[in-house]
This record gives sequence, C-alpha cells and structure tokens, in this order.
Amino acid sequence: MPAQTPPTTVIEPPHGWQFVDLAELRRYRDLFYFLVLRDIKVLYAQTVLGFSWAILNPVLQIVLFTVIFGKVAKLDTDGIPYVLFSTVAIIPWTYMSEAMNTSSQSLVVNQNMLGKIYFPRVIFPLTPILAKLVDFVISLVVLFAVMVWYEVVPGWNLLLLPLFILLMMIIPAGIGLWLSALAIRFRDVKFAMPFILRMLIYTAPILYAASAIPHEWRLLYSLNPLVAVVEGFRACLLEQPLQWAYIAPGVMSGVLLFVSGLFYFRRMERVFADVI
Amino acid sequence: MGNTAIRVQELTKFYRIGTGIRAQDSFATAAWQAVKSPLANYRKYRALYRFDEHDEAGESSDVIRALSGISFEVAEGDVVGILGHNGAGKSTLLKILSRITPPTRGRVELHGRISSLLEVGTGFHQELTGRENIYLNGTILGMRKREVDRKFDEIVAFSGVERFLDTPIKRYSSGMRVRLAFSVAAHLEPEILIIDEVLAVGDAEFQKKCINKMQDVGRQGRTVLFVSHNMPAILSLCSRGILINGGRLVEDGPIQSVVEGYSQIRTIVPPAREWSEEKAPGGDSARLLGVRVTDRHGTICDAFDIREPIRLELLYEVTRAGCELLPHLFVYNEEGVNLFGTLEDDARWRGRERHSGIYRSTVTLPGNLLAPGRHYVNCSAITLNPNVRQFVERSVVAFQVIDTVAPDSARGDWAGPLGGVMRPKLSWDTEHRPVITARAAP
Repeated sequence: MPAQTPPTTVIEPPHGWQFVDLAELRRYRDLFYFLVLRDIKVLYAQTVLGFSWAILNPVLQIVLFTVIFGKVAKLDTDGIPYVLFSTVAIIPWTYMSEAMNTSSQSLVVNQNMLGKIYFPRVIFPLTPILAKLVDFVISLVVLFAVMVWYEVVPGWNLLLLPLFILLMMIIPAGIGLWLSALAIRFRDVKFAMPFILRMLIYTAPILYAASAIPHEWRLLYSLNPLVAVVEGFRACLLEQPLQWAYIAPGVMSGVLLFVSGLFYFRRMERVFADVI
Repeated sequence: MGNTAIRVQELTKFYRIGTGIRAQDSFATAAWQAVKSPLANYRKYRALYRFDEHDEAGESSDVIRALSGISFEVAEGDVVGILGHNGAGKSTLLKILSRITPPTRGRVELHGRISSLLEVGTGFHQELTGRENIYLNGTILGMRKREVDRKFDEIVAFSGVERFLDTPIKRYSSGMRVRLAFSVAAHLEPEILIIDEVLAVGDAEFQKKCINKMQDVGRQGRTVLFVSHNMPAILSLCSRGILINGGRLVEDGPIQSVVEGYSQIRTIVPPAREWSEEKAPGGDSARLLGVRVTDRHGTICDAFDIREPIRLELLYEVTRAGCELLPHLFVYNEEGVNLFGTLEDDARWRGRERHSGIYRSTVTLPGNLLAPGRHYVNCSAITLNPNVRQFVERSVVAFQVIDTVAPDSARGDWAGPLGGVMRPKLSWDTEHRPVITARAAP
C-alpha cells in the first residue's frame, strides 16, 4: 500500500546486548503461522500411521515404564497407581523432549534459508514450540483415557494447569534458543542431544516420586524447571496438594532460562550468516 | 518522487577466516579452551566480528575485506544495476542491504519495505503443495497473508501451474518449480526490491516474461537494485549503474558507461604500473614510481608456467636523505586471501640510512611455489623509527599462474585435483622398515 508513509529501516553494526525486537516479530506473525503449519503438515508426511504416532509414542513409553519401574522395580508412587502416575508426567515430558530436540536443531536444519533471506531469526527455534503442541493436544487423549479408567476427577487445581502448560512451553523454548545458537558454531549439539534427553528424564520426578529425594537436596533438585512442570501437572490433574517448595524454584529458573536464551540468541544472531 | 530510498554511508565489511577460529569448531575443544584460558577464548570469539587497526591496514592474514567504504544514494523509483566480477563484493553488499549479515562499519538507511530475491524458491518445501508453498514463500519474502490472498490468482496465472496447485511440489519438474518460485517473488509489492541473478533461470520464453515483469516494476515507481551478469537485461532494465571492484565503488553513473567500465575491468589490474611524477603515491620521505611483474629475463609478463620463477620489481624514489626505508609486498589470491608478505632484506639497505635518489628493488618468487590462479600484489613501504607509512597500493599489479600439469611441478605424475592456496614443491623422505616375521627368524 504505497499510500502509507514507508517505514524506515536503519542498518548499523550491532553492539552490546539487546532484547528481541517484539514489534518486528509481530510484523512477521503470518510467516510464523505458516512455518508452524509447515512443520505440522510435513511431520507425518509419507507415514502410514500419521498422527497416530502422537498417541502411539507416549503409550509405548508408558507401557514400558510401567512394566520396568512399576511392576519389576516397584517404585513408590505415594499410593497412586503407576500407570496414572507416569502418564500424567510422560505426556508433558514427550512434548518437551520433542520440542527441545527440534528447536535446538532448527537453525542448522534451515541454514540454507539463513544465508538467503532475512526475517527475525528467533522464529526458527520458536516454531517447533508451537508446532509440537499439536502432538501434545492429541496425546491428551491418552491422558484422558487413563484418567477415566482410574475414575479420577480433577478438582479446583485444574484451573492452574494453563500456568504449567505455559511453563512446559517456556522450558524447551529457552533450551532451544540457547542450543540452536550454539549449534550453529558447534555441531556437537546434534550428537549430544539424544544423550542429554535420555539423562533429563531421570532428573525430574517422571518415573519416580519427588518424595524419594532426600530433604536436604530438595532445593537444588527443584531448581530443575522440569520438576516444576511434572509436579504441577500431577497436582493439577490428580488433585494433590500443590507443593510450592518443588514448584516455585523451577518456575523461576525456567523463566530465567527463557529470558537469558532470548538475549543470548539475539547476541549470536549477528554472526549466524557468517559462520554457517 | 525524488526522495531518497536508499542511503549507504561508508559501508565496510570484514570477514575473518582462518585457522584461529576453525581450530575450535568442536564443542569439546572450545569448552576445554574456555576452562584453560577464558579470556583468550572470549577474545577469539569476539574477533569474529571485532576488528582492530591491524586488520584495517589489510595486513592480518586472516581478514578479508569484502567491502571498504562504499557510499551511494538511490532515489525513489530508480532502477540501478550493480556490476562487478565474482568476488568484487556485490553479494556482500546485497546481503547487508537485505539484513542477512550485519556490516562491520557504516550505516544504511532504507526508506520503505525491502524485499530481496537473492535466490528464488527459498523455503520451498518438497512435501507441501503448490498452494501451500505460495503462502509459505510469500510470507518468507515479507508479504502478509492477506496480500498473498489478494495476489493468489495472479501468481498462479503467471506461473502456469494451475492444474498442479494441490500436488506436492516434489512431483513438479524443476522448470515448474522455478516458474512458481519466480511468480511469487515477482508479485511482491515492496518499495525497494533487490534482485540477484534470477534471470539465470527458466527457459527463454519465461525469461522474456520475467524481464517484462521487471520493467513493469520499474515503471510503477518501485526502487530496484538489480545484480546480474546478463548485460542485455541490465541495459534494458536499468538507467543507472554502480560498478564495484575489490570491495570498492569504482564507478557510479549512467548504465552505458558503467557497463563499458565493467567490460574493461579485467585490464584494470595489469602486470605493470608506472606513475608520472605528480601522481606518484608517497609520503614525506619516499614515493612509488612503478611496479612490474617480469619473467627471469626481465620482460613484463602476465602469465607464468607454475614452474617458472616470478620477479616482482619495485621502482621508488627516496626524497628525504637519511631515512630508513622498508619496502614490502603482500601477495593475495583471487579470493582475497593474503598468501604471504615479504620485506626487502638487502643487507646493504636494510636498517641503514638511505641516500636520496631512485631505487629498484627486486624479489624473485621461486617457481613451484604459488597455486594456479590469478594473484594480486599489494605494494607498500614504511620509514622506521618512528614507523611512518609512505605508500600503500593495493592490488597494484596482478599475474596469472598456470598449471601446465608438468611432471616436474609439485604434482609430479599426479594429474588429479590438488587444492590449496599455495603449491610448493617439497621433497619427501620415506623409509622402509622390513617386517620381521617369526618365520624369518632362525
């Protein structure tokens, strides 16, 4: 629309630490939308089962963990049936690990675009955070089925669930921002990622109860934001008391991870095109 | 009309290449380095985009000056052709203008939305249909969804792929893909459009269609920067030209004269240069009169067999008696990599006071040393105590090294590829240690 006064852009050498340009991000929201759509559509292209994988994946994990940790190792779960106990945690965990993995690879995978065209680079690591939500929503069917089977009726805590879903998105976003920027320079990230993800599942009370952690280690343990998500999901869905001692430190470290990621990404952004 | 659309001021871009940074491209090494010497490591990382005076003098071996001090303005509605040979700095300029890479120094003002077609079809996804790719690619190029909605039928009609709109583009022929990609790009409506080499694609008929479309764009009062090696296209589309060579703006004017300048540019760096007395570059103590590349007989020569020695001759005048002068040369390859520097070392003059008068210094580069390709010579001199620069002439002369695949060159009887920025002939020594088996023992 040439009638409007054209915007002025100034290009100068970058300096210092800057925050992500939110106004610019807003201008590019349509692109963001189409990139998310692309990721969703392309994910299950040429598969037989398609979106069923979003259900099959967590179900297989739940079965496996229930057999190993619930039946064989007989871990203490504060009296909750193991299937229920693990499902509530594995559903958000599956989302987080998928989102983290894709997000941290997002720049390397799209590097041909990086060198050819400009749009806010931060869109790359944030796209999978939204795209993977589709899988998450589908996998909620599993959660719903298990809850119906055990006749669980959530209470008022359920109203807090959106807060923990937000946290569940912020954590992989933070990790994705950090690691995608690092991965441009250090391709090691790609090889370290599967190992990191395999380890991370044991750092949070996904397969075991948080009460198993000795009291004196609790603060250190709950600095891990994953702990807050898992404890939050359990408390909201299974109507257990909210244990803020486990949740509050993780919420803070999760937000810190995300905000610092935005700054770090912005700072590294300037060398992306020159380093790939 | 008449308003400035693009203002470029003193735009400079350095690239750092080289071993210092490559060596720590693995996370483990970098992490170890960080533990060992955090400060050095931080500096090394900063060096990627920070440059000091040393780099600016062009003497650091790991810095490429892609652009140095380019300034120009483009008025609204101008269609400007940007010309220059490969490696001249055109692409770097366009990358800075389209914000893919930041400048090292300088400033750009863009009045209006800018779209760049550095390569058509960016972001196309094989698994998506034509329709989905139009939307995706359109928004990648900076359109809003509703703009794509509005243009959709036009884009489809222009590309001629109506029947395959809902087919994944992996089933398209490459020609169809290019046509679709170009159609999306051609229907952008930015105030400033940057186009690089798009006309190299498609068949002759489609190219003609593209040129017409570009002319339309120009007539609509859109500002266009156009980069291509296709001279007829440039001449028919642009009114003004900008010629870039060696990272500098060489000529800015009517397109015909710039195209002429462009076609002569190969002779801009000759194997020999001389300056008249009033134009001789120099400082308060010495000035450069001439530089020549010659063969072993002293004849000016432009191309050398890789086995032949190359003589570089410097003719200069010392105008202030009693100064200590140190002339030196740097040899660059075509990519702008500084291969080496060499300082005059004649014991009769090195570190001694000079008489005034004219000097001729010659250095011989042995045969079987340089890699094949074009080489450029920077020629400079300083006076010592204190160090004062007398002259610095960049890319003053050039010569070609030709690989004749001769058996007495570095490659011996190997005729296959042999990369590298240098091609020294080295001698190897291989010892054989016989394997003593149990059976051989008594």
